[in-house]
Amino acid sequence: MLLAAGAAGLLAAMAMVIVRAIIGPSHYDRILAVNSFGTKTVLLLSLVGFLFGRPAFLDIAIVYALINFVTTIALMKFFRYRSLAQPLGLSAGEEARDG
Amino acid sequence: MDSVLSWIGGGFVVAGVALSLLGAIGVLRFPDFYTRIHAASITDTGGASLVLLGLCLIAGLTLTTLKLVFVWVFVMLTTPVAANALANAAFSSGHKPRIGTFQIVRTDERRKTPRGTDAP
Repeated sequence: MLLAAGAAGLLAAMAMVIVRAIIGPSHYDRILAVNSFGTKTVLLLSLVGFLFGRPAFLDIAIVYALINFVTTIALMKFFRYRSLAQPLGLSAGEEARDG
Repeated sequence: MDSVLSWIGGGFVVAGVALSLLGAIGVLRFPDFYTRIHAASITDTGGASLVLLGLCLIAGLTLTTLKLVFVWVFVMLTTPVAANALANAAFSSGHKPRIGTFQIVRTDERRKTPRGTDAP
């Protein structure tokens, strides 16, 4: 019962964060909201695995935690250099644009 | 004993979810990107720690606990790094806060004196 309440609360938190990701004024707000949404998704996956008695969901949670980090870093690199093929640190400061 | 541990674990889970909910309210209502990232990163790490600790108490000493510890280690490694990199990217590209002052120290001005020559 407590786990079901926790899953419901996490769903409410994810709804609020995704509202920020939609109405966010800048790119950085959106990336922050998507990162926070991913962390809450990891927690929700773990909770749902316990709730339904299927602990194999934890493997998906591990993979999702790693993908979440890589997604955040790749999005920031894309918004900074407008390309994912540019090596980091070549022209830092000159190519930086406001988001 | 098992039931007591499971109730304590449920309490930890609910506390962590409450922390996550507070962080989501902060992300939704704070006026500024830097205040929003403050709310999001702190409550994400704390709420994830509490939820995973509660699930560890529920699971007992099995392979599931090891997987939960792995998830905790990954979340602890990645969430503060992502928040720090995000704030650094926003600050260095000139994203202005609405509260407080804003000042950029140029790296080329700091490196005007060559390294190793600042000895008296």
